[in-house]
Amino acid sequence: MNSFTLTQATATDEAVRDLTSHDGAAYLGGGTNLVDLMKYNLERPTHLTSLGLLPLTDITSLPDGGLRLGALATNADTAWHPEVEKRYPLLSQTILAGATPQLRNVATNGGNLNQRTRCYYFYDLATPCNKREPGSGCSALTGPNRVCGVLGTSESCIATHPSDMCVALAALEAVVRVQGPDGERTIKFEDYHRLPGDHPEKDNTLKPGELVTAIDLPEEGYADHFTYLKLRDRSSYAFALVSVAVGLKMNGNTIEKARFALGGVAHKPWRDQEAEKMLEGQTASPDLFRQVAAKVFAEAKGYGEDSLHNSFKIELGKRAIVRALKQATEMSQVVNPNVFLNSNP
Amino acid sequence: MSQTFIQEPLDKAAPHVVPAQAVTLNVNGEDHTIQIAPWTSLLDALREYLNLTGTKKGCDHGQCGACTVLVDGKRINSCLALATVYQGKKIQTIEGLGAEDNLSPLQQAFVDHDAFQCGYCTPGQICSAQGLINEGRCKTEDEVREHMSGNLCRCGAYTNILSAVMEVLHDGNVVVDNGVLITIPVAPTKASSAE
Repeated sequence: MNSFTLTQATATDEAVRDLTSHDGAAYLGGGTNLVDLMKYNLERPTHLTSLGLLPLTDITSLPDGGLRLGALATNADTAWHPEVEKRYPLLSQTILAGATPQLRNVATNGGNLNQRTRCYYFYDLATPCNKREPGSGCSALTGPNRVCGVLGTSESCIATHPSDMCVALAALEAVVRVQGPDGERTIKFEDYHRLPGDHPEKDNTLKPGELVTAIDLPEEGYADHFTYLKLRDRSSYAFALVSVAVGLKMNGNTIEKARFALGGVAHKPWRDQEAEKMLEGQTASPDLFRQVAAKVFAEAKGYGEDSLHNSFKIELGKRAIVRALKQATEMSQVVNPNVFLNSNP
Repeated sequence: MSQTFIQEPLDKAAPHVVPAQAVTLNVNGEDHTIQIAPWTSLLDALREYLNLTGTKKGCDHGQCGACTVLVDGKRINSCLALATVYQGKKIQTIEGLGAEDNLSPLQQAFVDHDAFQCGYCTPGQICSAQGLINEGRCKTEDEVREHMSGNLCRCGAYTNILSAVMEVLHDGNVVVDNGVLITIPVAPTKASSAE
């Protein structure tokens, strides 16, 4: 790890001022990703603005019926918050499908959004990676890329966003509140993360110095019809190869409102609003789900056919959508959010 | 326990070193003031500065759980924690959960169930199991397996680790008292171990 100085800010304004007054500074939340990246010499901040003392840990109800998640509330406290468990069980289950209890006890909500990809080449300093070193090339295009994306990729980068939690936040249409040198603003969740394009070094649309202060959830939590289906190489403590978060409003067998997002397939949690519209007003059926799945992956691009490469994600992703929609429609299984039991489709 | 501190090892080796700062950590109920650099992990502070070597360094990347300690009753990976930001928190290590002549119920259960081979992951496993019990979320074997997934055992003692944790979890005579598990000598009523 490189040498750095550290300040513990006690107020949000102070944190933003401290960060912007140091060249090469970074915000330190829980540190579960940043400190790890610093140990790999991937991130080399010369100054850390520690956020641990900021009063951004509360989870509070909003006047419009929504819920505000403090950016510094831990993932564990969020998943197990009574209001989250009751009104947003999809979010609770999704958080608990990721990482380990030790990591979730420290990792913050803001940090979950801002964690970096786990693409092999991003971590391997010996190989080219446009996200780590712009202009150096993308090793994943031809190298083993089982974990990489098949939707919204570019010739510069096929990395995926690794979060589970963000897949639920995309489906729930959360709003991210940020504060920076120019004041506060809100960012719709679908606009928060970005596609790689020619600038894969940028994961999100934050401006320099901006700090996530909260994540707002709208009132609708889809607590009656939801599912998070996470498919991975082992059934615990692994990143998703493909995951699907679904929230539905049902009237009998008719889908009144549908929101879903995919993880493990793109540079951001992947939402397809046209595909969601195909579901709305329709009677739930396997045929409909298969049409929706085909639409989502219509323009997918795989990067190699064998088991080291990722073309399998296209068929796996379609099947995952069909199964997740079926699960959410029927809610036939009593899902215990504490345990994510994996099985094959 | 010695309270002496050693000089930051990089002091002489590297140029432009940020000066060490006095940091006070509350570990196992005692305050310790040490001189450390901002990048000193909580794990290194415990092992190298406080001589609490029960907490183990495995991967040093938050993947194996050997470094698990409890902070304000919650289990964390001490390798990914910068020690300076843990001032004012109540830190517990394996040394604080029991003593050689007074093992914690979890330590005793690990012995009784032969829940280890080499023992390197054991302090982390026990601290993690203590955190699991503090959380009060797990009842079944499947739940305990999932919620112990942050602790790897390369000897593969998982079966016995699971049975040790299950025994303590469902022992009505074991309660959490002041952050540590104790066995109630006489138990007229069944107490919850999940508080």
